[in-house]
Amino acid sequence: MTTFLTRRTALLAAATCAATLGLAAIAQAQTSIKIGYAISRTGPNTGGAAVTTIPNYELWVKEVNAAGGIKLGDKRVPIEVVQYDDRSNAEEAVRALERLINQDKVDFILPPWGTGLNLAVGPTLNREGYPHLAATAVTDRAPELAKRWPNSFWLLGTSADAAKTLVELLSKLRDEKKIGDTVAMVSIADGFGIDLSSAARPAITNAKFKLAYDKSYPIGTQDLAPIINEVKALNPDVFIAFSYPPDTLALTEQARIAGLNPKVFYTGVGTAFPLYRQKFGKNTEGVMGIGGWSGDSPAIKDYLARHKASAANGAEPDRWASAVTYASLQMLQQAIERVGKVDRAAVIKDLQTGTFDTVIGKVKLENNLPTRYWWVGQWQDGEFYGIAPAANEGARSAIVPKPAWVAP
Amino acid sequence: MTNAILTGLMLGGMYALIAMGLTLQYGVARIMNLSYGEFLIAAAFASHWLFTGWAISPFAGLALVVPLAFVLNFAIYKLLLTPLVRRAPNRDALEVDSILATFGLTFVIQGSMLALFGGAYYSYSFLAFPVQFVGETVAANRLAALGITILLGSALYLALTRTRAGTAIRAVAVDPFAAQLVAINVPQASALTFALGGALVAAAGVLVSTFLTFSASSGVVFTMKALIVVVMGGVGNMLGCLVAGLALGLSEALVASYVDPGLTLAVNFALFLAVLLVKPAGLFGRATR
Repeated sequence: MTTFLTRRTALLAAATCAATLGLAAIAQAQTSIKIGYAISRTGPNTGGAAVTTIPNYELWVKEVNAAGGIKLGDKRVPIEVVQYDDRSNAEEAVRALERLINQDKVDFILPPWGTGLNLAVGPTLNREGYPHLAATAVTDRAPELAKRWPNSFWLLGTSADAAKTLVELLSKLRDEKKIGDTVAMVSIADGFGIDLSSAARPAITNAKFKLAYDKSYPIGTQDLAPIINEVKALNPDVFIAFSYPPDTLALTEQARIAGLNPKVFYTGVGTAFPLYRQKFGKNTEGVMGIGGWSGDSPAIKDYLARHKASAANGAEPDRWASAVTYASLQMLQQAIERVGKVDRAAVIKDLQTGTFDTVIGKVKLENNLPTRYWWVGQWQDGEFYGIAPAANEGARSAIVPKPAWVAP
Repeated sequence: MTNAILTGLMLGGMYALIAMGLTLQYGVARIMNLSYGEFLIAAAFASHWLFTGWAISPFAGLALVVPLAFVLNFAIYKLLLTPLVRRAPNRDALEVDSILATFGLTFVIQGSMLALFGGAYYSYSFLAFPVQFVGETVAANRLAALGITILLGSALYLALTRTRAGTAIRAVAVDPFAAQLVAINVPQASALTFALGGALVAAAGVLVSTFLTFSASSGVVFTMKALIVVVMGGVGNMLGCLVAGLALGLSEALVASYVDPGLTLAVNFALFLAVLLVKPAGLFGRATR
C-alpha cells in the first residue's frame, strides 16, 4: 500500500479524518504500521537517492507486505507508506519529517539520503524519539553523534576510518613490493572530498608515502583533463580520487584516454554504481573504489537478484550503501517484531543491544555503530568485491598492478 | 602548454555552444529562458535513448533531435509565451514575466524527465577513444563536439550577418519597435529566433551527452553557465558568446594546469566580474539600450 501524498491532499486527508473519525480511531487496535519517509526526488541529491535509497525502501515494503506484513505479537500487519519529496533541501527535509510526525502520525520514519540531510534531521528524530538508522551518511562525527542522540545509528562509518583502511591496504601492498611509494591524490572541494582528503593526507605521509600531487577541484567541474594530464606526467604508483559520481566517471574516462594507468587506481563515490560497469565494461577490471560488498556471499547474491527483479528497468543496487540500507530495514523490522508492538523506545533499545540477521551478515552494534565496514572495493571480473579491511569475512585479495586499459 | 590550450579550447567551445541558444532567446526574443538547461538535458536524454535503445549514433541523432526541438520550441513560444509578449507593456516587464513563466516550465520538464527516466545518473560511451591532434592526446568525442560547435557557430554567424533574415533578426535584437518601421514582422522573427535557440540548445545537449554524466536534475548547472557566458559576451551577440565561452574555458584550463584546479571557479568569476566592471553591457554589448 503505497500512498503518494502531496501537501494539499495530505491536509485534506488529515482534515477529513479528523472530521469523520474524531478521536475514536486512536483507541482501535493496530491494523497497519505507518512508515513515513521524505526522500530527494528532485534536486542535486536525486542521483544518489534514486540508486541507493528509494529502490531499497520500495523493495523492502513490497517484500514485507507480500509476506503479510510486520509481525506484531501473533498477527501480521501490513506497512502503510507516507512519503514526501525533500527536494534535496535540509529545511524541507525537517519540515517534511515534522509533518510525518505531527500530521500523518507515522509509527516509524526512514531516513533521507546522504550525509548532509541525515545530519539535518538528526535533532528532530532525536527530540521526537524515533529510531534513526542512517545508512547513507559518512561522517567523522558518527561516534559523537551516536552518543549525543542515542536513537541514532550511523551504519556507514567515518571518513577517518575510510582513509585509514585505504592507507593500510597501500602499506601492505608496498611491503609486498607490489607498488612503489608515490601517491597522487585529488578530491572534490565539497563535504565528502574535504573530509576524506584531510583524513587521508596525514595517514599517507605518516605511512612514509610520497604525496606527489594533492589538489582539489570545485564541484561541477566539467573537464578534468588538466588534472589527469598533470598526474600522468608525475607517473605515480597510486592514484586516489575522492570524487562524486559525475567526476568519478569523467576521471576514469580521461585516465583511459590519456593512458594514465597506475598500479592502483582508486576513485570515490560512484565507482560502486552499476552505471560504472555499464559504461566501462572490461575496463573496470582492477579499478578500486570506496565501498564494496561480499560478492560471493549467497545472501548478497540473493539480494542482488531480488533487487533486480523489483527495481524499475531491472536496475542493480550499488555495491556499497545499498546493501547497508537494506540491512538497516531488516534490522528495523526485526527490532519491531521482537518488541511486538509500536513502542519506539523499546525498538531503539533493541537496536542498541540486539543481534540482527541481515544481507550483510550478522550485525551487532556497539555504541550504535557497526563493528565492521567495507572501505575498499575492487572490480574483479564484473563484480565489485570488498578487499579491505582484509579481516572482513569474504574479503578478496587485491589485483595489483591494475591491468592496462583496453579499447572499448 | 599545447595540451592545456587545447583542453581550454574544447571546454570553451562547449561553453560557447551551450550559450549560443540562450543568447538568441534572450537577446532577440527577449525571453529569459530559465528552463534552458532542462531543454539541454532533455536533448541529452533523447540522445541517450536513441543511442542505447536504437543504436542511433548521436550525430545521426542530431538530425532527429534538432528539428524536433525547433518545432517544439516554436510551439512553446506561440502557445505559452506569445500571450506574455502581447500583454507586456515594455521589455523589462516581458523579462520578468518570462522569467516566471519559464521557471515554472523548468518543473514541468524536469518532472517529466524524472517520471520517464528516474533520478539516476546517465552516461554512455560514444567516440570515447584517444586521438592524436597537433601532437597531443585528446578524447575524440570532445574534439568532435568542438568541430561541430565551430561549424554551427560559423554557419550561424554567417547567416546572421550575410542573409536578409539574419539582418532582420539582428534588427529585432537592437530595437524591436524601430524594426517594425522597416517592415520586419517582429512577432514572427522572435518566434523563429526562439525556436532556433531551442534547436541550438538541443544540439548542445546531444553533443554534451557524449562526454558528460547527466541526470534529470542537472539542468540548472547549464542554465547558469550559459547565463554567465551570455551576459559576459553581450546579450544577443553571437561573436561575444564565442569569445566569452573561449575565454572562460581557456582560463579554466590554464589555471587548472599551472596554478591549482581548485581555483577554476574563482578565476571564472573573477574574469566575469572584471569584464562587467569594465564593460557593463558585456564584451560586445551596446552600452545604451
